Amino acid sequence: MTTSTIAGIELEVDAEGFLQKPEQWTDAVGEAIAAELGIEMTDRHWQVARFMRQRFLDNGTAPTIRTLGKESGVDVKELYKLFPKGPAKLAAKIGGIPKPRGCI
Amino acid sequence: MSRIVILGAGTAGTIMANRLRRRFADGVKDGTTSITVVDQDDVHVYQPGLLFVPFGIYDADDVVRPRGKQLHDGIGYVQAAVERVLPAEREVELGNGTRLSYDVLIVASGTRIAPEETDGLTGPGWGETMFEFYTVEGARALGEKLATWPGGRLVINIVEMPIKCPVAPLEFAFLADWFFAQKGMRDRVQISYVTPLDGAFTKPVCTQVLGHLLEDKRVELVTEFNAGRVDGEAGILASWDEREVPFDLLVSVPLHQGAEFVKRSEGLGDDYGFVRTDLHTLQSRCAPEIFAIGDAADVPTSKAGSVAHFEAEVLEDNIARFLAGEPLVPAYDGHTNCFVETGYDKALLLDFNYDTEPLPGKFPFATIGPMKLLEATYANHLGKLAFKWLYWNVLMPGHDIPAVGAQMSMAGKQPVLQDS
Ligand SMILES: Cc1cc2nc3c(=O)[nH]c(=O)nc-3n(C[C@H](O)[C@H](O)[C@H](O)COP(=O)(O)OP(=O)(O)OC[C@H]3O[C@@H](n4cnc5c(N)ncnc54)[C@H](O)[C@@H]3O)c2cc1C
Repeated sequence: MTTSTIAGIELEVDAEGFLQKPEQWTDAVGEAIAAELGIEMTDRHWQVARFMRQRFLDNGTAPTIRTLGKESGVDVKELYKLFPKGPAKLAAKIGGIPKPRGCI
Repeated sequence: MSRIVILGAGTAGTIMANRLRRRFADGVKDGTTSITVVDQDDVHVYQPGLLFVPFGIYDADDVVRPRGKQLHDGIGYVQAAVERVLPAEREVELGNGTRLSYDVLIVASGTRIAPEETDGLTGPGWGETMFEFYTVEGARALGEKLATWPGGRLVINIVEMPIKCPVAPLEFAFLADWFFAQKGMRDRVQISYVTPLDGAFTKPVCTQVLGHLLEDKRVELVTEFNAGRVDGEAGILASWDEREVPFDLLVSVPLHQGAEFVKRSEGLGDDYGFVRTDLHTLQSRCAPEIFAIGDAADVPTSKAGSVAHFEAEVLEDNIARFLAGEPLVPAYDGHTNCFVETGYDKALLLDFNYDTEPLPGKFPFATIGPMKLLEATYANHLGKLAFKWLYWNVLMPGHDIPAVGAQMSMAGKQPVLQDS
C-alpha cells in the first residue's frame, strides 16, 4: 500500500491512485484528484461523484455505468461528456472509493 | 449431516461437485454428506469450442453434452431455475417454488451475455448483419453467415469489460484473417477490432505482442471505443462520444452480467450480479457458509475455464476446512492460463496471476517447454485442440493436470523490463 499527499492530506492509495480508505476523503480531495485528471468539477460532476460514493458506502460495491445512467440523474451520454473515456472509473476515483472491480 | 448445494452445473460447478464427491466419499456413502447441484437446463457447453464453430472447424453439436452425465454417481442433480438465495435462512428458492436447505452453498452460476442492453443491437439486422458467438445458437448462426458472406467490412466489437475469456474476440480476429485467406478472399475483407480498452488487451506486455499480431494480420485496431448504439440497417456502430464505425458484418461481444438471482439475493452480489468474494479464500463476503467460483465470482482475474479449475483445488480444501471448523487458507493467487489461437495452426500461451502479468518463456517446464509462452507455435495450437479432450475427460471429472498447479509458477518465465 502506498500513500500520497493530496490537498494537504496524507492518504492511502493503490498503484493507480484510487483511495483505499473512503473515510479519508473530503471535497477538497475530490477536487484535487479531478484537477489532476484534467477535470474541472461542476455541479453535474459532483452529482455523479457523490452518487457513486454514496452507493459504495451503502452497498459496499460501486454502481456500473448503466446504473449511473439510470439512477444518478445524469444519462450515459452526458456521463461520457463529463468524464471522457471512463465515467465509472473516474467518478470512483474522484469520489474517493476503491477502483470498481468491473473496470479491470 | 453436511448438505452441500452447488448452483450451476457448468465448468466450475461440475468440477467442484466431482471433487467434493471424491473428497467426501465416505460421508456420501454413509449418508452424512449430501451434494446437490442445480442448473436450469441440461445442455453443458464446452464454451472454448464456440470460437471454432463460426469457421466450420467444429460443428455446433461437437461442443455440447448432457449435464447430468458429467456428474459422478451419488451427486444429486436438480433441473430448475434458481430464484434467489436466502442467506439468513440458509435456503435456496427454486423457480418451482421449492426450497433447498444448505450447510455450505457454492455459487457457480457463471456469466451470461445481455445483447438487449445495447441500444439497437437486437433490433433490425440482428441475426442478419449482426451476430455474437458466445452461445451455441449465436455461433451456429454466424457460421452459416460466414460460409456464404461475399466480403466487406467485418467489425469485431467488445461492448464493455469484463467479458469471459477476454482473448476470445482477438482469437476471432486472427481466425477470421486466416479463414478468409484460405477462401482466397482476404483482399475483399476489411477487419476492424473495436475495443473499450486502450490497447489490444489489458496487460502491458501482452498488449504489445497481441497488438503486433493484429498489425501483421492487417486487422485495424480502434481503441477506447465505448459502444452506445448500433444501427443494423445503416450498418453503423456508434460510441457514446459520437464516433462511428461502419460495418457490413458486426460480430459483437455483448455486455456480460452475472445471474439475475445473484442480484435478487440480499447482500450476495455487486451491481453486475457477480458474487462479492474474497480474492484468496473464495468465501463470499455475504455469509461464511457461502462460497463462489468461476465466472460468478467478482475476483479480479480473467473469467476463464482454467481459472475455475485452479480455484477448484483451493476451494475444495477450504470447504473441507470450513466443515471441520478450521481456518480457511488464502491460497488462490489469481492463476490464469490460456491458449490464444492465432490462425494458421498456431497458438500462443499466456500464464499469469493477480500480481504477475503474462511473461514470455517456456511452459510448464523451464527450458524444455514443450510449450512456449507469449509466442505463436504449432505445439501451443495442439495444446489448444487437446484442451477439448482434457476438458471432458480430466477437468470435468475433477482431476488435476500433471505439472500445472493451482498457484502460478515462475519456472521458465523471463521477466521483462518495461517502461512504465
Ligand atoms: C467463445 C468462448 C471461448 C472461450 N475460450 C476459453 C479458453 O480457451 N480457455 C478457457 O479457460 N476458458 C475459455 N472460455 C471461458 C470458459 O468457458 C468459462 O470461463 C467457464 O465455462 C466458466 O465456468 P462457470 O462454471 O463459471 O460458468 P458456466 O460454465 O457458464 O456455468 C454456469 C452455469 O450456471 C447456470 N445458471 C445460471 N443462472 C442460473 C439460474 N438462475 N438457475 C439455475 N442455473 C443457472 C447456467 O445454466 C450454467 O450452466 C471461453 C468462453 C467462451 C464463451
